[in-house]
Amino acid sequence: MICVSSIDNRLSIERSEPGRRGLKIKNPLRGKACLKPELRRKDRPKLPELSEFDVIRHFTRLSRLNFSVDTHFYPLGSCTMKYNPRFNEEAAALEGFANLHPLAHDDCSQGTLELLHDLGSRLNELLGLDAITLQPAAGAHSEFTGLLTAKAYFESRKEERSEIIVPDSAHGTNPATASMMGFSTVNLASRPDGRLDLENLKKHLGPKTAVLMMTVPNTLGIFETQIEEICRAAHEAGALVYMDGANLNALIGMVKPGELGIDMMHLNFHKTFSTPHGGGGPGAGAIVCSKALAPFLPVPTVRKEGGRFVSDFGDGRSIGKVKSFFGNTGVLVRAYAYMLAHSAKEFGEIARCAIINANYVRSLLKDLYPSYSKEYCMHECVLTPGPDLAAKGLKTLDIAKGLLDRGFHAPTVYFPLIVHEAIMIEPTETESKETLDAFAAAMKEIHALGVSDPQALKDSPHTMPVKRLDEVQAARQPNLRW
Amino acid sequence: MPKAEEVKYTKTHEWLHLAGNEGTVGLSEHAQKEMGDIVFVELPKPGRKLEKDKPCAVVESVKSAFDIYSPLNGEVVAVNEAVSGDPALINQSPLEGGWLFKVKADNPAEAGALMDFAAYGDFLKQNAH
Amino acid sequence: MYVPHTEKDKEEMLKAIGASSFEELVKQVPSRFLWPKFDLPQESLDESQAAARLSELSKKNCRPLSFLGAGAYERYSPAAVKAITSRTEFLTAYTPYQPEASQGTLQTIYEFQSTVCALYGMDCANASMYDGASSFAEAVRATVRVTGRKKIVYAAGVHPQYMDTLRTYFAHSPEYAYVKVPMKDGVMDKAALPALLEGAACLAVQTPNFLGLIEDLDGVADAARKAGALLVAAADPVSLGVLKTPGEYGADFAVGEGQSLGLPLAYGGPYLGLFSCKKEHVRQMPGRICGMTKDKDGKRGFVLTLQAREQHIRRDKAASNICSNEALCALAATVYTALLGPEGMRELAEANMGAAAHAAERLSAIKGCSLKFKGPFFNEFVLSVPGSAAAMREKALGQGVDIGLPLAPLYPELGETLLVCATEARTEADIARLEKAVKEAI
Repeated sequence: MICVSSIDNRLSIERSEPGRRGLKIKNPLRGKACLKPELRRKDRPKLPELSEFDVIRHFTRLSRLNFSVDTHFYPLGSCTMKYNPRFNEEAAALEGFANLHPLAHDDCSQGTLELLHDLGSRLNELLGLDAITLQPAAGAHSEFTGLLTAKAYFESRKEERSEIIVPDSAHGTNPATASMMGFSTVNLASRPDGRLDLENLKKHLGPKTAVLMMTVPNTLGIFETQIEEICRAAHEAGALVYMDGANLNALIGMVKPGELGIDMMHLNFHKTFSTPHGGGGPGAGAIVCSKALAPFLPVPTVRKEGGRFVSDFGDGRSIGKVKSFFGNTGVLVRAYAYMLAHSAKEFGEIARCAIINANYVRSLLKDLYPSYSKEYCMHECVLTPGPDLAAKGLKTLDIAKGLLDRGFHAPTVYFPLIVHEAIMIEPTETESKETLDAFAAAMKEIHALGVSDPQALKDSPHTMPVKRLDEVQAARQPNLRW
Repeated sequence: MPKAEEVKYTKTHEWLHLAGNEGTVGLSEHAQKEMGDIVFVELPKPGRKLEKDKPCAVVESVKSAFDIYSPLNGEVVAVNEAVSGDPALINQSPLEGGWLFKVKADNPAEAGALMDFAAYGDFLKQNAH
Repeated sequence: MYVPHTEKDKEEMLKAIGASSFEELVKQVPSRFLWPKFDLPQESLDESQAAARLSELSKKNCRPLSFLGAGAYERYSPAAVKAITSRTEFLTAYTPYQPEASQGTLQTIYEFQSTVCALYGMDCANASMYDGASSFAEAVRATVRVTGRKKIVYAAGVHPQYMDTLRTYFAHSPEYAYVKVPMKDGVMDKAALPALLEGAACLAVQTPNFLGLIEDLDGVADAARKAGALLVAAADPVSLGVLKTPGEYGADFAVGEGQSLGLPLAYGGPYLGLFSCKKEHVRQMPGRICGMTKDKDGKRGFVLTLQAREQHIRRDKAASNICSNEALCALAATVYTALLGPEGMRELAEANMGAAAHAAERLSAIKGCSLKFKGPFFNEFVLSVPGSAAAMREKALGQGVDIGLPLAPLYPELGETLLVCATEARTEADIARLEKAVKEAI
């Protein structure tokens, strides 16, 4: 982070000098181009004219205005901001992977196909399920793929099921996906401890229920203790159980989700499998499912045929494509590199340390920031501002901004929606005890400041490149481009 | 323009002012306060048939969106173009400059079932947390 | 493994928590589910072993001199692009939920949106989507929301995978109708439009189209408008260095595949969905959008905006379920276009056209080969070949040249043809090798 006074926040276009050049294209074949004037664009695109050094300096300066996992503790709940191993990046950049055309002949793609096949088989085993597609580009995209697969499954059985049951603690993507797919959503109120209410669920399950979508552990960081009974009840009603795998970091190598009774789940490689978030993407997703659902997964998948790997376009029952070409293979190479670096036991150690870290933070802060749930948490905990700060009119947002001033990224705030003023902390397994101690100290300092000088906290952040921004103006008079 | 005491209220926080069979609909003072700065309004097109208790407009703040439910069956006869251009009008005067649309009621008697000012006040108290 | 905890750390932490053992923390998980057996390698690899394994795998992918295009293009990616995208302040940040701590990512998104608008000649753009296909499908969905109609008219030259993805998006509702505008000489038959457009939500076109040909879209937007339909245009952003923009021919939504802008092929992803539209449709844009605003002191800053449309607020009423964008890919594209500038984009587009024109000239001179279509093309073209195109491709691969994509599986009506692509990365010598390989493969 650079000091505030030295910030030159001009846009690249404002640095532009007519006639200045960066990269040139000198291929002599250019001269062969010929285009009728009526097909040509009339104006020049409004792009900056900069030297290469201008560009490097501009974007390097911008990079320094960001918090990131490499520079700051980033305890964003449900996002699993763990260390992104550098080795993964090197693997993805290998020529043979990076420069492979998606329509390359299978004979030319044996390395990548083998990698995808091995990644898929290992994931099936790790999760206790039978089949996988690596095509989805992200978590929400996986949900879409999963529900579509479920839909095709029911259609093949000539069953008309139109409802998706979603607990009120779920990620917003669950109901959004359901509605995008033409399903109606049944919202299920959680029990006071945040768990699904089995008796209430049974009342809503019926011949119209297609899928029960649930996050395990749930968004309060609590395991669904009755999951077997829940899955059984859903199955008795003829419905499928979909597990939102956003919180898989709590279970990996410790529990096989397939054994819990679920039918399908999704993965977020950019969460559990350490691929970088890149400022909001790219990610990669997967749907892992039981045998019964396998024929409906998107195509192509990879099949081993003798010693050779081939793209498998299925038997015609597939839902088709959810993305052009194969999927975010570049991200999957990173995930595979991470896979190679862990035995099953070491995956278990990830879950163990993620759970210890979350409970450790929770215990350090419990007196000042009461935990919403009264029991131990899994990989993340949901805290609240507590009576002292509430009495001063301070909100979760103020605490979030106070953390920025102390060199910590804020946790996820105001989610899950069922918790008033939620502060959702997921430390992940890659943070050390010392970092968590320092974070807790900052949270305590914020509490003390909030009590002694609430205005100072309300005015925070004070040390960032900008102060609190006018989001009302941004939305009322959108300025979205130069 | 009506006063807060003179209009009827729904449980979904719309107000309705009926003159003959023409009703004016807006967002209650309470609701605009809860939402904070309103940044965008999407209004129904004139001529659209409205169904009682079905969403027919959307009001957005920075981080929330609020469906407006029609208090009556009827047809949209006018919309307040001014709030589309300047949604802050809803915050400034929800009952005057901030009205949303006018509806020609199929059956004005339907308004009888809505809450008056006092009943709405009680309703808010009951639902406060 | 990347866990820092020593045994001592874990003991101390459990003690601070007040738990006698780790098992106490996970009592909520029925014990029969805990610590199952895994049929996986007992030992993980150390870094050098993993590097060897990955290097071995990467070498199993052969690297022919490739003339494949069809929606993904081999281009030179400048060192400066890699230098910026590997800065870990960009690489390891997340979605800019805390704008004060994410101005770098946010300003980049703003500049990216501006770049997309500039290239496509459109009013506004979002922070990107998964890929060209998902942008295309989302744009068509938006036209369905705007018009309330469910008939989708599309040109036969739209990328087949874009159409596949679109059909998958709408797979839940059989009431959608897809009407194809027939092809004439490799491009959309404009004369057929008025009859087909009645009652349509949109006309979806692509230019250059899947076969590489440039569509003449003058008057098409008017034809759509007359029928009450909107125009969705997909266009390769590199081609827009010289070609008429979607804004100029009146598109309502313009989309494209941003892989062309400095991203590696990576066997299909991650790529970059470009999405732009006219101002009046700004609230129909799915996904993230960044806006410029001011902070408390009046200083310029950037935030995510128009969020009330999104899934985390609207849940089942959201415009889309999408919550990520391809921010790092968008950064690469923004750096790439900033390096080139308007002149460089023109040079790049012309170099692509020139390389493809040269390849077409050389290949069509081979006995038995000819250009299938006469119309102007951008950086790929359809070559009619004598005999099986697929067999020729396999034969040429043996010589280390991938001569292009056989089209018969996708467009049987075209007969034995190859879609051949030459970008600015192909030299005169490369094209001489291509010519030789094709000759020998006949």
